[in-house]
Amino acid sequence: MANGEGVSGPILAADGRPLKQSLARALRMQKMRALALIAPLLIFILVTFAAPIADMLFRSIENSIVPATLPLTVKALEDWDDASGKPPGEEAFAALHKDLLVAVDAKAHTKLGSRLNYEQTGIASLLRKTGRHVKRMKEDGNLAAQFAKVHKGWADPETWGTVKRFSGSHTSGYFLNAVDARLGSGGIEARPDNERIYIFLFERTLFLSIVITVSCLLIGYPVAFLLATLPMRTSNVLMILVLLPFWTSLLVRTSAWKVLLQQQGVINDTLVFVGLVADDARLAMINNQTGTIIAMTHILLPFMILPLYSVMRTIPPSYMRAAKSLGATDWTAFWRVYFPQSVPGIGAGSILVFILSIGYYITPELVGGTSGTFISNRIAYHISSSLNWGLAAALGVILLIVVLVLYWLYDRIVGIDNVKLG
Amino acid sequence: MRLRTFLAAGAVASVAMAGAAQAEDMTIVSWGGAYSASQMNAYHKPYMEMNEGVNIINDESAAEAVAKLRAMAEAGNTTWDVVDVVASDAIRLCDEGLAMEIDVDSVLAAAPDGSPASKDFGEFLVTPCFVPQIVYSTTFGYRTDLVGDTPPKNVCAVFDLENYPGKRSLEKRPINNMEWALMCDGVAMADIYDVLATEEGQAQAFAKLDTIKDEVVWWSAGADTPQLLADGEIVIGSTYNGRLFKLIEEDKQPVAMLWDGQVFDLDGWIVPANLSDERKKRALHYLNFATDTQRLADQAKYISYGPARASSAPLVGKHASLGIEMGPHMPNHPDNLSNTLLYNYEFWADYRDDIDAKFQTWLAK
Repeated sequence: MANGEGVSGPILAADGRPLKQSLARALRMQKMRALALIAPLLIFILVTFAAPIADMLFRSIENSIVPATLPLTVKALEDWDDASGKPPGEEAFAALHKDLLVAVDAKAHTKLGSRLNYEQTGIASLLRKTGRHVKRMKEDGNLAAQFAKVHKGWADPETWGTVKRFSGSHTSGYFLNAVDARLGSGGIEARPDNERIYIFLFERTLFLSIVITVSCLLIGYPVAFLLATLPMRTSNVLMILVLLPFWTSLLVRTSAWKVLLQQQGVINDTLVFVGLVADDARLAMINNQTGTIIAMTHILLPFMILPLYSVMRTIPPSYMRAAKSLGATDWTAFWRVYFPQSVPGIGAGSILVFILSIGYYITPELVGGTSGTFISNRIAYHISSSLNWGLAAALGVILLIVVLVLYWLYDRIVGIDNVKLG
Repeated sequence: MRLRTFLAAGAVASVAMAGAAQAEDMTIVSWGGAYSASQMNAYHKPYMEMNEGVNIINDESAAEAVAKLRAMAEAGNTTWDVVDVVASDAIRLCDEGLAMEIDVDSVLAAAPDGSPASKDFGEFLVTPCFVPQIVYSTTFGYRTDLVGDTPPKNVCAVFDLENYPGKRSLEKRPINNMEWALMCDGVAMADIYDVLATEEGQAQAFAKLDTIKDEVVWWSAGADTPQLLADGEIVIGSTYNGRLFKLIEEDKQPVAMLWDGQVFDLDGWIVPANLSDERKKRALHYLNFATDTQRLADQAKYISYGPARASSAPLVGKHASLGIEMGPHMPNHPDNLSNTLLYNYEFWADYRDDIDAKFQTWLAK
């Protein structure tokens, strides 16, 4: 108190400015310099990674093609009751005619057809065919009959219902499809049994990823333990054995598994030769779940071993010796002293393997057959083959959310501070 | 100072080279492997000899062509000039406005007898954006040593586990498999697509496929079935006829061809929409050369796919290295035409998404 009384106003720096101000300025300069240093990486990641992902995710709800191609029709359908069981009146057909005249010139009608065909089978050819005839139609007040003559689909209220339900510039259609539901005339409904696949695939992806993670841990833990406890010279040699497959092309390793596991393959041939398996009862180890689990466990094993190893290296061997000298058996010393200290490595390895495997694509595609494929195989199919990018984006969003939720759960239960990469 | 001069010189040189490259390079996208090689021999090489200064770059990403063309169009930078796609993809590219419409009679060469290209290609011009090149078929090959004394004569052998036990391979998609299932379940050829358009018809096809489901290896790459046949993993399997020709005639494997029930499909060229005038002109110039009667017949020297022009068929000669007569190995040779289907483009454009969802659900469960 007494010291403070002598000071009038803020403390000044050497140049006469308030110290607080010049300190803040110096810090700001430092921050700017730091920001400038990371700017290239930041911009690179934003432009090549974050922005495309955001754009792709946005496609899961994007639906502007319908209102943009059929603006007048969408408006004319506002008063029409979807559940009336009758097609709309002549004014809707007149609006459709005007819209299609514009759309055909821009060749937008077939694009619209592909979009709406995802919701109702047959609209693609309906619009393609109508597009060929629309210029020959006459605005004589009876367009409804002319449209119905070109394709009977226009007399079907179901067609109009689909147009109306998906006329917004955003849609829930893709997300509903991704959870095996759809937007029918009576609201959201489950798809028929023979079309429900995505939830099943999500479950299978999670299940197989867990199995792969656990088998990686079971195989990887003893290997990492051995690597960490052996003398440096021996463990270095063994380390190369772990890393060698890691450096080999993924496709080569996957194809090698094909050669090994197929019914006329090396393993089956050996078993038949030894007499363990009858020639007509060869084991099916590939093109099914077993194949996926074996091949992916092998491929992801280094991601488990390396973090485990680097954590185990830091556990002082003297702890185990101390435990034993205090009377613990080998097992107790391991389980009560060594194992708890290796848990951060288990956490890191498991997260790595699990998250990598949940999004894995190429290995399940090659060795998974029908029972060992993942949700990512369907996403890839919709991106490159069916071109239903909206559905692919919706599936991707769900997969991303599932991973984030699991990560959050993991953080709650194990704690992310308990994860160490070394 | 010296460094700066060096850099400036480098920049000038690279700009000049980029300019020169733009004037000459033409990127042609195709499927790779033996197929691209046949195009290289029959089309690209003679074209480059005749047009000095044009350099054809072969890109092998035809399998993802539709997705990539869409991405390129969205990015506003289409780097491909001519793209080889199957007809169903050409229809989709045309629908999406990603391929340009081609007036075949003004762009393509007439037949030697003077009849216009549109007549020469005939019904194979399935969409205005598409110039057909070959007719190929998806058909079955079987191991001659695994079928006993009664080799299969009919496509329904695939569903006959009693006489032909063992694994079989089918493509991991509904197209063709649904047709074969109905065909072998007593549906008349002419009614197949009417039946398949109904829920009951689809259920009927799945029920037929159910009878062999446990014995099927599903393939997704054209090379899978030949490899499975060569390894003796399967007794019978579907694939493209050209792959089987190679397996039988070039690799001399104990495999024979079952032409019965083959499903024809077309493969050909599209030109991406929105190319610059100069690139468009060059692409069409190339197409005029590469799809004339003689060139299409030449391709059959290297691979067993049938030329899409009617006027090319009589010109098909011997295989360039094996020396065998190629005519009987063409899917559209009269001897092989007993029981065939042409891929129904209109039907599958509509039903592809719907039936595929059901097919995948059926597969997974």
